[in-house]
Amino acid sequence: MTDRGPTLTQRLRARGLDGVTLLVLPCVLAIIALFIYPFLYGLWLSFQPKDGTTMGNYDRFFREPFLYKTIWTTLKISIPVTILNLLLAVPIAFRVRLMKHQRLLTTILVLPITLGTVLVAEGMLFYFGPQGWFSRTVMALGLMDHAPSITHGYWGVFLSLLITGFPFTFLLTLSYVTGIEPALEQAAATLGAGPAARFREIFLPLLLPGLAITFCLSFVQAYSVLPSAILVGDPANTTRVISIAAYQAAFEDYDYSLASAIAMIMGAVQLVVVAAILGARTLVYRGPVAAAKG
Amino acid sequence: MRASSRTPLTTRLWAFGVWSVVIFFVLNLLGLIGSVVTSSFATRWLGTWFPAGFTWKWYFAAWDEFQLGDVLWVTFEVVGWVVVISGLLGVPAAYALARREFPGKRFVVLLLLLPLLVPSVTYGIPLATVLYKVGFGGSLVGVILANLVPTVPFVVLVMIPFIEQIDPRIESAARVFGANTFKVFVYVLVPILMPGVLAALLLVLVRTIAMFELTFLVAGPGSQTLVVALYYAVFAAGVRAVQSIDAMAVVYMVTTLIWLIIALRFVNPTQIVARAKRDTSH
Repeated sequence: MTDRGPTLTQRLRARGLDGVTLLVLPCVLAIIALFIYPFLYGLWLSFQPKDGTTMGNYDRFFREPFLYKTIWTTLKISIPVTILNLLLAVPIAFRVRLMKHQRLLTTILVLPITLGTVLVAEGMLFYFGPQGWFSRTVMALGLMDHAPSITHGYWGVFLSLLITGFPFTFLLTLSYVTGIEPALEQAAATLGAGPAARFREIFLPLLLPGLAITFCLSFVQAYSVLPSAILVGDPANTTRVISIAAYQAAFEDYDYSLASAIAMIMGAVQLVVVAAILGARTLVYRGPVAAAKG
Repeated sequence: MRASSRTPLTTRLWAFGVWSVVIFFVLNLLGLIGSVVTSSFATRWLGTWFPAGFTWKWYFAAWDEFQLGDVLWVTFEVVGWVVVISGLLGVPAAYALARREFPGKRFVVLLLLLPLLVPSVTYGIPLATVLYKVGFGGSLVGVILANLVPTVPFVVLVMIPFIEQIDPRIESAARVFGANTFKVFVYVLVPILMPGVLAALLLVLVRTIAMFELTFLVAGPGSQTLVVALYYAVFAAGVRAVQSIDAMAVVYMVTTLIWLIIALRFVNPTQIVARAKRDTSH
């Protein structure tokens, strides 16, 4: 037998394909079957409307105000909430970073995330309702002479997204802030930079990629709001978000084709916002960031 | 006084403002949860700061009205299967991704990131349509399959950094002494990986109990988990006493919090939202 060079197994192994690599297959197949296939099927189904044309569903969506207005309604709630969450989270994360016993605060803040939007909405109905402790305190302090009407409207959904969204944004921001090498700040302080200058010159550039990702993940959470928009909102009117429209098309009108089209539009709008944020990030700052990670 | 006079007034005011916001937020959060708990024990609570009296009876009422026994059993079944399957699919995949460089690896990682970046309603509706078409719609199997979509990638992404920090020479040493892949897995990897796997699966458990959208879109009358049953109870409020809905909410809270407390013994709270950090400094 002459030497024929490496066997097929050896050549594959040299490229990183061996028994261990195959372990990834079951997982990939599961995601293809449960995520990619349904998504493509939904895309195909959205072009098979009841009226027989190809673009019928998309035509209808952008013609009927009842449907296309849901995009604006959704963005009007989700974008301000996400921005507010981020604006609150950054300064608080910078304070908490210096704390010795962060664990108690982070544990309290993890509560609304794990309890979820349904429970928060349930609690809000009573707590912010006319008989609830919040309204009673506001009136007892003399801030208002009548109970504030918070639930069953825009502000109810806004608050519910703040209560579940802020802890999420905060914990994510905290994990990025604590990842920055403290020596960098000390060096800047030694060279005479004040707190504001240190934040602007040192932290902000290093944090921006993390903050952009935090914004995107928080936005996705706020964007797909369904239970709170129905329970503490005004689901027929001011908080008729796009996920309600999709749900009603699928499970009330049994028009899966239209529902899939709405779901696709929902995904596309979200993608545009996420792409805009990630694109804007590269305009603001270009340069290495990973080198400073601790 | 000397120490505080050195910090400028603006810095102290800023710190005071920041802490006020935190305290205001936490107070309202505790008030919100507290009012649900108080209401669930209230005999009658109208127009006063605190209820007229306290009773256990709403818990018995809720148990019968909402068939909480069945709902809890379904919840445990769904969560149990989701945890086991996502562990079995996710951990080996994470191992492969952490240890090997192969063509198409970036594609696989992107494939795993997508379900976490796309809103659950967006893929939930096509997924529910497919599951109904195949015949799994409304069944326990359908609910389990739908819940796997976010949990499997989550396990992989949490486990990759954990596996990367384990020295590959430990495995090489086992191989030198003649262990095959299976033996390396059982005697070397499983014991080392156990803490990480436990943490990842506890996070999956907590997330699956609270997972509303996907379960809501797929579940039928016999396959509702606790959070979906709670949603329907709140949605149809007015038919039943508020207190019995609150009692159900407390049952849900206790179910979630028991597991959260167990999970927090093994993981840092920030890990519940972010992926595990690479450094092991704390």
